[in-house]
Amino acid sequence: MAEILIKNGFVIDPTRNIDGDVADIAIKDDRIAEQVGSGAKVIDARGKVVMAGGVDVHAHVAGPKVNVGRLMRPEDKLFKSPYAQESYRMESGFSIPSTFKTGYDYARMGYAFVMEAAMPPLHSPHVHEEIHDTPIIDQGALPVFANNWFVLEYLKNQEIENSASYVAWLLAATKGYGIKLVNPGGTAAWAWGLNCLTLNDTVPFFDITPAEIITGLMKTNEYLGLPHSIHIHQNSLGTPGNYGVTLDSLRLAEGMKAKNKFSRDTVMHSTHIQFHSYGGDSWGNFESKAREVMDYVNQQKNITVDLGCVTLDETTTMTADGPFEHHLTRLNHLKWANTDVELETAAGVVPYVYDKDIKVCGIQWAIGLELGLYAKDPMRTFITTDHPNAGPFIRYPRIIKWLMSRDAREETLASFKYSSKVIDATNLHAIETERNLYEIAQMTRAGPAKALGLSHMFGGLAPGMEANVVVYDLNYKDMPSDPEMIERAFSRARWFIKSGDIVVKDGDIASHGNKRTFWVNAKVKENPQVIRDIHEKFLKDYTVGLNNYPVWDSLAPNPYVINIDVEA
Amino acid sequence: MALVTLKPYKTPELYLECYNISPDVFAGKTSAEIAELDVREGKTTVKLGDFFEVKGNAGKTPEETEIRVSGDCSRIKYIGNKMTAGSITVDGNADMYLGGWMKGGKIHVLGNVHSFCGIAMEGGEILVDGNAENYVGCAYRGDWRGMRGGTIRIRGNAGNDIGTFMLGGTIIVEKNAFIHVSTHAEGGTVIIKGDVQGRVGGQMVKGDIYVLGAVQHMLPGFKKVGMTEREVDGMTAKFTHYIGDLGERHLKVKGKEVYANLYVMAA
Ligand SMILES: [Zn+2]
Repeated sequence: MAEILIKNGFVIDPTRNIDGDVADIAIKDDRIAEQVGSGAKVIDARGKVVMAGGVDVHAHVAGPKVNVGRLMRPEDKLFKSPYAQESYRMESGFSIPSTFKTGYDYARMGYAFVMEAAMPPLHSPHVHEEIHDTPIIDQGALPVFANNWFVLEYLKNQEIENSASYVAWLLAATKGYGIKLVNPGGTAAWAWGLNCLTLNDTVPFFDITPAEIITGLMKTNEYLGLPHSIHIHQNSLGTPGNYGVTLDSLRLAEGMKAKNKFSRDTVMHSTHIQFHSYGGDSWGNFESKAREVMDYVNQQKNITVDLGCVTLDETTTMTADGPFEHHLTRLNHLKWANTDVELETAAGVVPYVYDKDIKVCGIQWAIGLELGLYAKDPMRTFITTDHPNAGPFIRYPRIIKWLMSRDAREETLASFKYSSKVIDATNLHAIETERNLYEIAQMTRAGPAKALGLSHMFGGLAPGMEANVVVYDLNYKDMPSDPEMIERAFSRARWFIKSGDIVVKDGDIASHGNKRTFWVNAKVKENPQVIRDIHEKFLKDYTVGLNNYPVWDSLAPNPYVINIDVEA
Repeated sequence: MALVTLKPYKTPELYLECYNISPDVFAGKTSAEIAELDVREGKTTVKLGDFFEVKGNAGKTPEETEIRVSGDCSRIKYIGNKMTAGSITVDGNADMYLGGWMKGGKIHVLGNVHSFCGIAMEGGEILVDGNAENYVGCAYRGDWRGMRGGTIRIRGNAGNDIGTFMLGGTIIVEKNAFIHVSTHAEGGTVIIKGDVQGRVGGQMVKGDIYVLGAVQHMLPGFKKVGMTEREVDGMTAKFTHYIGDLGERHLKVKGKEVYANLYVMAA
């Protein structure tokens, strides 16, 4: 690492309101600098777009359920595993790529940070081993809390302080980044073969409702002042008519205030909102409620969302929402994996083919894009595919194309077997909005970085920030008339400098970089009750000993620890 | 038809993956260009010409291209991979994945084939004069979409897992087969002219199986429904008709469940 000067590119940096100004970006070691010396390596970016490295707020890229997907789907690798490039590792898989392919593909797209969206705490060592094995990109992982026995018991008694002490302990034990909720209460109910489809369905045995869990964890999160808000996969995912439950859950954020030292002003991130914006009461009259959901998100400024766009691919669904995966395998009759993680969560995996000639899939595709186009604040609306659930992350450039080009959307829509039925059930056909590069940079960089409490490091190009800089083959002043060129440009960065290291050159991997694992160490004052509860549960209920539970330091050998002093 | 002859002159140390031995790839190429095509030996890329003497130029299109491999291909995998037209003749044995993912054209093997012959085939014809090992016309590992069309005829015996996850097309084994026929199938026809040991039609949803010899061990999921006369591969005979697999889900047409059929020739 040394000095690099990226000259004369069209710089797009929403964190400083820079939209296409021709400017130089200087890099000194791993940071953006005001200036560099004459000996700096010069990269000519004339006629090309320069952005900060991408930030993915939600993807399933490491850990046991990803690996179950790999194991149960050898066909996902068939004819989709290129031979190794000289001196780099072999890549394999499509919707559930190998760790190396994951790192390489994100880097090729110019992504610097990726959040693993659901870490089962008990299996956090596996998550960290895979994260460590994934080159180039910085990563964090969100442990799941919304079906955890400790949390359910504390929140039932409204013990926010105890809940916070436990969450702080678990984040440190698992080297986790923040609080993830997956089907609050519903996954716990799944252990009884049940589910919680509305916010007031009581969780068996625990006698608590999803609404209480969500509110309780939101309070816990702000009590601790974590960098990220709570991150929620809502109840009733993927069912026609679920948008009412979605709005009910979002409303729980009303009146909540963000309390943290990370410039985060939101209190709830609602993930893969596409799966939660469904109207109708069956697949027969299934329709888009994207407008209703996005209207609310637009006016409720303390929440963020990510899209979870359906990409019309054959993919692999995987989630801690155990009952949903069971529902899915009954729908498509494809193979199903299901697991219980004692005291904590569950998970399921089912392959899924989003066929463009199936009406429902076409409507789902349209809903994801409608949400991205209705959003009034791109700083609070992020591009994702809930990888791999709605499609693989390598399709982000395709989503960008669809959001930026009405022609591209219309062409896809017209290729559907039931395009007129899809048009009837959605609004996409009538939407003329086309996103510009500035908004795309907000939705893929500045916005997610801010929501994760990382805006001081990621998402922008101000001096002092991490030297994550991408050069794309796009001319800001002369954007291609062929939308395919947009997809191509975002798929393979011309240059990508990650933490000051050139990791991609001409779309090919040039270095394994220097990846780090981000985790949050929230120091709370000693809480004897919670310590006693933890010891007791490990003696009584867990099948592992407490000493064997935490992630060893050696499994995350390049940590970036965010320390929070909660007492202060 | 333009004839391209490949004569093996060197035995590979490892197995060769010859995805490129196909009329689709050869079409429009001269013998010299064909010799330059890539094949894989383990993790290294080598040339077709490193192992085969190539004679004759290909036709303009796959339809006009005939390939003759004159010699033993016991260590050559993926002959005819994904081919759509034209023909290939192998004057000896062939290794795994012969005619895999094939969409059209014809392949004739004068010797035996190893496993996965006609895997996930969609159309065309494969004729094997000798025996086949396992997984004739099956699906790829993990995949639920097996053979969809075309015909595979094995003049000798076949091993286990014939037509796994089959959706369409026809597989004919002229002698005996071992175990697992049409497992998970949702269509297609498998005809075994000799005996089968057992596990015939396990988890079968739809499709037909004919056994002209004996099924040594019937699966409990099949139920005898009567006798019937059927025409099979040019001959007519009386069969005992079973339906199944009763433990599997079945589509309903006009309120009636559609089962898979197993016809065993009456003694
Ligand atoms: Zn997810």
